[in-house]
Amino acid sequence: MSSFPLLTVTAVVPAVGAIATAAVPAARRTAAKWLALAFSLATLVLAGVIAARFTPGGARYQLSESHAWIADFGVRYELGVDGIAVVLIGLTALLVPFVMLAGWHDADVLEEHRPNRNWRPTQGFFALILLVEAMVVIAFESTDVFLFYIFFEAMLIPMYFLIGGFGDRAGAHSEDEQAKQRSYAAVKFLLYNLLGGLIMLAAVIGLYVVTAHQLGHGTFSLPQILQARAAGQLHMSTTAERWIFLGFFFAFAVKAPLWPLHTWLPNAMGEATAPVAVLITAVVDKVGTFAMLRYCLQLFPNASNWATPVILVLSLISIVYGALLAVGQRDIKRLVAYASISHFGFIILGIFAMTSQGQSGAALYMVNHGVSTAAWLLVAGFLISRRGSRLITDFGGVQKVAPLLAGTFLVGSLAILSLPGLGPFVSEFLVLVGTFTRYPVLGVIATFAIVLAALYVLVLYQRTMTGPVKAGIESMKDLRLRELVVAGPLIALLIFLGVYPKPVTNYINPAVKDTLSDVHKTDPAPQINAVAKETAK
Amino acid sequence: MNPVNYLYLAALLFTIGGAGVMIRRNAIIVFMCVELMLNACNLAFVTFARLHGNLDGQIFAFFTMVVAAAEVVVGLAIIVTFFRSRHSASVDDASLMKL
Amino acid sequence: MDHLIGALVGAPLLGAGILLTGGRRLDRTGHWIGCLLSAASFVIGALLFADMLGKSGSARTMTSHLFSWVPVAGFQANVSFQLDQLSMTFVLLITGVGTLIHIYSVGYMEQDENRRRFFGYLNLFLAAMLLLVLADNYLLLYMGWEGVGLASYLLIGFWQHKPSAATAAKKAFIVNRVGDMGLSIAIMVMFATFGSFSFGPVFSHATSASQAKLTVIGLLLLLGACGKSAQVPLQSWLGDAMEGPTPVSALIHAATMVTAGVYLITRSSAIFNAAPAAQLAVTVVGAVTLLFGAIVGCAKDDIKKALAGSTMSQIGYMILAAGLGPIGYVFAIMHLITHGFFKAGLFLGAGSVMHGMNDEVDMRKFGGLRKFMPVTYVTFGLAYLAIIGFPGLSGYWSKDKIIEAAFAKGGTDGWILGGVALLGAGITAFYMTRVMLMTFFGEKRWVPDADGHEPHPHEAPRTMTIPMIILAFGSVFAGGLFSLNSSFLHWLEPVTGHTEGHSPVSTVLIQAATLVVLALGLGLAWVQYGRQAVPAVAPRGSLLTRAARRDLLQDDFNHVALVKPGEYLTRGLVYLDHSVVDGVVNGTAASVGGLSGRMRRLQNGYVRSYAVSMLGGTAVLVAATLLMRGV
Repeated sequence: MSSFPLLTVTAVVPAVGAIATAAVPAARRTAAKWLALAFSLATLVLAGVIAARFTPGGARYQLSESHAWIADFGVRYELGVDGIAVVLIGLTALLVPFVMLAGWHDADVLEEHRPNRNWRPTQGFFALILLVEAMVVIAFESTDVFLFYIFFEAMLIPMYFLIGGFGDRAGAHSEDEQAKQRSYAAVKFLLYNLLGGLIMLAAVIGLYVVTAHQLGHGTFSLPQILQARAAGQLHMSTTAERWIFLGFFFAFAVKAPLWPLHTWLPNAMGEATAPVAVLITAVVDKVGTFAMLRYCLQLFPNASNWATPVILVLSLISIVYGALLAVGQRDIKRLVAYASISHFGFIILGIFAMTSQGQSGAALYMVNHGVSTAAWLLVAGFLISRRGSRLITDFGGVQKVAPLLAGTFLVGSLAILSLPGLGPFVSEFLVLVGTFTRYPVLGVIATFAIVLAALYVLVLYQRTMTGPVKAGIESMKDLRLRELVVAGPLIALLIFLGVYPKPVTNYINPAVKDTLSDVHKTDPAPQINAVAKETAK
Repeated sequence: MNPVNYLYLAALLFTIGGAGVMIRRNAIIVFMCVELMLNACNLAFVTFARLHGNLDGQIFAFFTMVVAAAEVVVGLAIIVTFFRSRHSASVDDASLMKL
Repeated sequence: MDHLIGALVGAPLLGAGILLTGGRRLDRTGHWIGCLLSAASFVIGALLFADMLGKSGSARTMTSHLFSWVPVAGFQANVSFQLDQLSMTFVLLITGVGTLIHIYSVGYMEQDENRRRFFGYLNLFLAAMLLLVLADNYLLLYMGWEGVGLASYLLIGFWQHKPSAATAAKKAFIVNRVGDMGLSIAIMVMFATFGSFSFGPVFSHATSASQAKLTVIGLLLLLGACGKSAQVPLQSWLGDAMEGPTPVSALIHAATMVTAGVYLITRSSAIFNAAPAAQLAVTVVGAVTLLFGAIVGCAKDDIKKALAGSTMSQIGYMILAAGLGPIGYVFAIMHLITHGFFKAGLFLGAGSVMHGMNDEVDMRKFGGLRKFMPVTYVTFGLAYLAIIGFPGLSGYWSKDKIIEAAFAKGGTDGWILGGVALLGAGITAFYMTRVMLMTFFGEKRWVPDADGHEPHPHEAPRTMTIPMIILAFGSVFAGGLFSLNSSFLHWLEPVTGHTEGHSPVSTVLIQAATLVVLALGLGLAWVQYGRQAVPAVAPRGSLLTRAARRDLLQDDFNHVALVKPGEYLTRGLVYLDHSVVDGVVNGTAASVGGLSGRMRRLQNGYVRSYAVSMLGGTAVLVAATLLMRGV
């Protein structure tokens, strides 16, 4: 263990960046943007250092830091990363600079009416993004349940302001109506997630009571609990384990979101600006699925196995339901939101299929979904802001006037429909194979979604990009340099992840192996082990 | 004299004070009734101190006095300001804090 | 030599990368870069072919492992190639015909401002198609499989400003996706059964798997093949795909991509040979499509759609042959190659006609073009003779073998399949003669278009005619060359296996019968379209004709059975999501709000009432404490 607190620093840098950005005087807002970008890039570098210092296949949690915090309640400041956390920290740190670049002018609208001298919406926007980043990073890093809980909940606050304060002004309604919709979406987001969080809090306390009762001293530390269970000191009663599991799972299922707890997402993503919507679905929501993998499965293996059938069915419903609803949407961003619900269904399906392929696929899916949704939605955001409308019917023939925009949008679309050669295909196929080997029927039903995905993605592309040029589109500008800098690297990354995902799976595979042994599951063996027979020959 | 009688007196004073707070509308009278209730409590404290033979009650009585004094300062200031702006000392006129 | 296999795919991929990211500055040279890299791939293919000819036996199979693609526990997918005789055959077809069509497109797309992008897509297609035939495992094959689907999508919808093109492109992709679903589930079943999806382990252990599993895998592969090769019931996209530029129709929707299904089935011969039920399904699909396509081809007035019907029908022949098992694989591939030549030739000819006729596709507005475009007439004519199976030309050698093999299957099946194949040959002669007569013979029927421009038919530039001439050579001689000493049979046999069929009727009789139906079809067409003048407006026609014009109601069926219910389902779900799922949430919020609205009344603002409630509360608390004490 190194003495340098790398994980803490990685979380603190964006937090400091948030304070520094917020403190920039009102007149120097461009400087504030660059400052925030610099801090996010510094975080990216640190995430790279974490990945370099981490040894895949080594100890389960590495780069650990552990300090007593609230000693009376056994709360510790405990950080540590496994392979999946490393990858997701990398994803977060990678996406935030793109989110910032894409939202470079999103707060400018608010600068126009300046109610007082201290009015600094731009500084606020960028500071809030950095704050979210800091909280998400520390949520990925923490190995103490209580510490995790605090940041799991706290990240709602900056998100609330980002959704409610800096909403999309491309709605078809009047200014007042927009403001109403925006605050409805923001409040719905906050309340929904707070409810999940409160139920989780009860479960967290329940966990403390159980550990205090059986170990003599209450603890929230994941490694300590795992150790105690391995040593046979901790036996949760079946009922207690199931209730506590449900409390945790409910919170994560709201955040993820899983059908039928999904209805906040289309509102939130519809009303937020595209970069904030990316922050919601590609970064913040990942904490939910990540926590399922880390906390639900590791802390409550028996309850996880118990609940698996129901969760699998719900995730299957999410997959098909989300895809079908995406087909029926008229608003581009709501369409993306429903597509995301379908994809989160895949991630959860993969996690609870309890096979190496399923869980590795799910972990990889989190990365790929993040990158592909960012590429798709950020470009869609460029499109929406140009036309000032989110309605699909307001577009048509964009390809003719803005070929670069249409081209990048197409690549993002193809990634969403899991075209082989782009990242999401690998993870989606792994999830499907992993599900199929254990539950053939579920695997087959989930595969139907690839047809539906093609439908909603291509119908959207056809209606917006092809055909005769619609009124209001004629003078649409093609992508600017800043926008190309956003779309280009994301597309390159999608291709890289599709062709050579091995660097990422190297981090993920050992962590998945550990998790599977926690839940006492092994992969179903093939009926004829052709590979083994080949090598034996 | 039986010290318990002091307790009856305290109860009586407290009831009078409580009734005054609920019934009267003049802020000054309400305020005086509050003081009356506090003093009833003080009386009870001191009586209990005597009954139990320790000083805890007396100490508490001092605390109450301090708090009461502070309350007088703040309360009277509020009433005076209120009277200046509304030209009335009726508590029913201060009913704006409702939704 | 082995490491050159990667370069086969790499060259066109590089081209696609350069052309699609190069921007406007490559507009003037882009098409030549595309041609060059396509030709480079062909040269590499030829080198490898020469190398392969120098070896013998199993040494002919070359492999090349590039890197590990998706390694997760037991799931090991590699990017590695396998080049054997079957792949080699395809490589030469794809790069050869591909390069010719690249050159043709230089002329054909000259006026198009997006020519560079067109060549980028063509190169992308070549790369994906080569990946498909070179992959040594099903997952990598799947990548190529969807890659060609993407290229096809992009190229069908190349003229995106036309709504019909955009719709056709989307339709092609989505119908193909249904097939792809079959292929991907097949891979999952393979993984669950064999623990692998690489050709080697799967094929060598195919026989030890249960019959049911193999049948399932076979049927799923067939579903995939149906999608890509436009076989019934997933055939509906091919006709619409003719919205794409004609070179695309020639390369992708005639010569190469649509034959991928045949490749898939032939490649998976080890599985199909052990699953007779799946094989039977394959032959049925092939036979049905063979007739379906032929009938549609008879009724279409759009020259490209008539040819598309023909493509469907010819691929039906190949699928039928592939379903026959070891007696048919070689002939399926042989017909695939000869078809590649003559159908590409026909499409390029059609493109040349359209080029000279202001992009008119209605054959009723052609007529008598042989005088104006002699080169197109001759090359198209040779390809025509080849496709109807005129003795001595390519189609004759390959199609006859399939008909013989169908009879040789034996039993009632054999008679039915053979009869269908024979009937198909007659219809082929009819509709192709119809196309030929309506286009090149008779009186000129063209009229000025809406803008008043009279078409001035003229011969195409040399970049277009040279590929047509080369393909015409292939149409004439390829079949004979392959049949010389059964050279093609010996070449492919080590990969696909071959057994001679034993026909219940003598071969000579079948050949004679084929010639008779050919003459009948030809004669009937001449009576209808040669002897009497072709009306400029299509007559109403019989019920079958009208149905065939509407592609035998395939779209109507899909619309009623799939599209409409799907629309209602999504609309219903949108409503459900809004009013029920979200309704519960909003309802909870509303009832909490209502309750607090009522509670709010308690806050009346009067200090006195607050004092009462405080006193009351204290009294209750004290009473409760006392009562608890008492108990």
